[in-house]
Amino acid sequence: MRLPVYRQADGVRRPVARVASRVPAALAALAALAGLGTLPALAPAGAAASARAAGGSRSSRVTITLYNGQHPETTSALVAAFEKRTGIRVVVRDGDEDQLADEILEEGGSSPADVFYSENSPALEDLQSHGLLAKVWASTLEEVPRRYDSPEGDWVGVSARVSGFVYNTRLLSRSQLPRSVLDLASPRYEGKLALAPTETDFQPVVTAVERAVGHEKALRWLEGLKRNAGSHVYPDDETLTAAVNSGQVAIGVVNDYYWYRLRYDLGAPRMRSVFAYFAPRDPGYVVDVSGAAVLRSSRHRRAAEELLAFLVSREGEQILAHSQSYEYPLGSGVGTAQPIRPFDELRPDPVTIAELGEGRAALALLQQAQVL
Amino acid sequence: MTLTFERQAPEQRPFPGPGGRRPRARGRVRARRAERRPWLAFASLAVVGLVLLPLAFLLLQAANSGWSEVWRLLWRHLTLTLLSNTLQLAVVVTAASAVIGTGAAWATERTGLPARRAFGALVVLPVAIPDFVVASGWVSLFPSLHGLLGASIVLTLGLYPLVYLPVAASLRSSDPAQEEVARSLGLGPWRTFFRVTLHQVRAALLGGCLLVALYLLAEFGAFSILRFQTFTTEIYAEIQVGFDPAAGAALSLVLVVLGLAVLAGEWAASNGSRGSRAALSSARPRPPVRARLGRGTLPALASMGLLVALGVGVPVGAIVYWLVSYTRTTLPGAASLASAAWHTFAYSAAAAALASLLALPVAILSVRRRGRLSLALERAGMLVQAVPGLVVALSLVYFSVRYARFAYQSAALLVVAYSLMFFPLALVAARASLARVPPRLEEIGRSLGRRPVLVLLRVTVPLVLPGLLAGFFLVFLTATTELVATLLLVPNGVQTLATQFWAYSSDLAYGAAAPFAAVMLAVAVVPTYLLGRWFDRLPSRLARTA
Repeated sequence: MRLPVYRQADGVRRPVARVASRVPAALAALAALAGLGTLPALAPAGAAASARAAGGSRSSRVTITLYNGQHPETTSALVAAFEKRTGIRVVVRDGDEDQLADEILEEGGSSPADVFYSENSPALEDLQSHGLLAKVWASTLEEVPRRYDSPEGDWVGVSARVSGFVYNTRLLSRSQLPRSVLDLASPRYEGKLALAPTETDFQPVVTAVERAVGHEKALRWLEGLKRNAGSHVYPDDETLTAAVNSGQVAIGVVNDYYWYRLRYDLGAPRMRSVFAYFAPRDPGYVVDVSGAAVLRSSRHRRAAEELLAFLVSREGEQILAHSQSYEYPLGSGVGTAQPIRPFDELRPDPVTIAELGEGRAALALLQQAQVL
Repeated sequence: MTLTFERQAPEQRPFPGPGGRRPRARGRVRARRAERRPWLAFASLAVVGLVLLPLAFLLLQAANSGWSEVWRLLWRHLTLTLLSNTLQLAVVVTAASAVIGTGAAWATERTGLPARRAFGALVVLPVAIPDFVVASGWVSLFPSLHGLLGASIVLTLGLYPLVYLPVAASLRSSDPAQEEVARSLGLGPWRTFFRVTLHQVRAALLGGCLLVALYLLAEFGAFSILRFQTFTTEIYAEIQVGFDPAAGAALSLVLVVLGLAVLAGEWAASNGSRGSRAALSSARPRPPVRARLGRGTLPALASMGLLVALGVGVPVGAIVYWLVSYTRTTLPGAASLASAAWHTFAYSAAAAALASLLALPVAILSVRRRGRLSLALERAGMLVQAVPGLVVALSLVYFSVRYARFAYQSAALLVVAYSLMFFPLALVAARASLARVPPRLEEIGRSLGRRPVLVLLRVTVPLVLPGLLAGFFLVFLTATTELVATLLLVPNGVQTLATQFWAYSSDLAYGAAAPFAAVMLAVAVVPTYLLGRWFDRLPSRLARTA
């Protein structure tokens, strides 16, 4: 009996005292928890965040922004390796190369982009002509054969593909195949041809044809393609390749890597199509160069140049060579590891980067033929 | 009743009115309404000005590129093809959506269709499935589908919910007594439908058709996959390939003119039927006597089932097909899925809230203060629906780079872009629910001496909240599937579900892209369910408020 009474009597103060005595202890425990457990865990994340926010004022955590017009999967593998090697953080903005180039033009001298990585040279040449690109380090340019770099040294070639045609093996026999891209305008291909006029990979072919046969003939050729294609006009080479493979349409001009990627994703047994090359030096047989540039407005030029150097280094090009992007590496003498026709066995049209230019003539031609 | 209330007001009021205002008689109330107009009109003007920013951009760009260049691009045979394609499609899809949307609404609201609640939720779902997923799904199933036929099928199946939602809501809130009277006077079920029911839902039907027609003008993703050339696909081609946003923007002016024509058409058709809505709302609706389908049950069930199978089944089937057949691609990590889902959710929800907020003053003005100004503002607000997303995004890039650099590539700007693009959806929803709230209730609030802002917050907003919520969900659902503007405006380094789907599918990695489409659908299911629930409870709410 005494014990409860004692407790009862004491009860008025006791809880207060208990709480009061516990407050410092709790505070101490909290502080210990914060000091020993939480703070160290938070510190690196906080530092990283502040470095990101400040745009990388500390040399160890510089952050650069990459406007990526290349295929996102290819780029993310390259970026991950670069970040690991250099400690430089890369924020990637994915998009269509033309759209990103437009954005950079709009942003002008204060673009958030440090590096622009494009699928084709015309987008880079367009920025170059507006004076928005910085000179690439000479040591970087030296890793790549001269004719695949910017003629002015404003961007560096990283990888290449080649154009040819994809055809459905059930809809066309070998004897029906074209020798030249010019044949595709013939009435033989009426209702059989697929066209992707808005695909950026198609413009270099138009430029090469115009260079080979002149404006008038090129215009009539395009009109023939438009007639033959009819309703088979596709938004891009990916869709076009899949359409040929599924038998919607018989034949179309594409870059080789779309067909290889489709085969990778679908599996060889489900391929009903084949990629083939035009005759040597045909204007439909064009090497397209994918390249990268540092923006003149970049505030982290050194880190940006390091990314370019990495892309054409042995390590960077090896990633490309072994990836499922099926492109030809251009830098450091690395050859592709994929079972595609070796780069030095290609016999493309001799059209140069400078002749491909910004693609304006090709565009005017496409508009004149009312394909666009 | 109202008068007694006014007289009692001073004694009952627990706090003195702001500024010590005295309660006033009816004549003074009218004076207050006039006083309130400038504030409301000013807010509406500001909102519509913001919404019309893309149009200002178009004019600027057209002037920049030079009118001779605009003529060079327009004065071609191609323009005629595009115009005829666009108009044919607009007529076919709008008509088909009107028939399907109204039919489905009638079936779920006025008949004893089995499982009508489930159907009510399922038929709304297509609005939340991205156009590019639907179109890719159809092309996977029917590789030869293309052109006008393909575009009509895919777009009708995607857009009929925009007719279904307002018509179903209107059926719910309209008094079934009229139909019952018609039946008792000897009219058959069909003639009752055409002569009474259709007349009751006319305004909602026209509003839905207006949204469908405007939406069609700006549609891009489905058309590019279905190989159907319209003005919008041509605009994209010019901007994407042409390095020439000016030319593309100039071409968009044609779409604006077409949009104006559609708006004028709807206005002409709906003129005169507007007034009847407020009158209807004062009636006390009760559950309708549902038409027994009898022998028609099976055909009705079959057609509703077919509608759901085509609208929801095909895209879901396509996602499953991609997952199964593109097996060689490694699937994306859970972290990237979760991060993309979170960003999509956050941006879309913020945009939906902003759009609803912006729509409120314009809706109030257009419903409560009918006049030339309010009509012009409401119509102008709708016009943005006819402008392609790419153009809206480019205009925001243009203005923010020049005048609000801090906002460029910020999440806030993307949210603004969404809310401008989908402003008409929020406006239509807010307007429809406001039209059903008797103005008497607001007058009572003002007669109690409350400031207009307080009346707005404490009387109007709670009453139209369900409608605002419906608009919120509609904007939310549409924004989660947006791709083109997102690619242009998303903050650096951030991915949404739509951009990730695009990134993988542009690599032909449909297997890796499919989970993002699946999550997009999952994100859409909850709002769709809530939207359906709201429509289910509509009659009881109205009974309480009327």
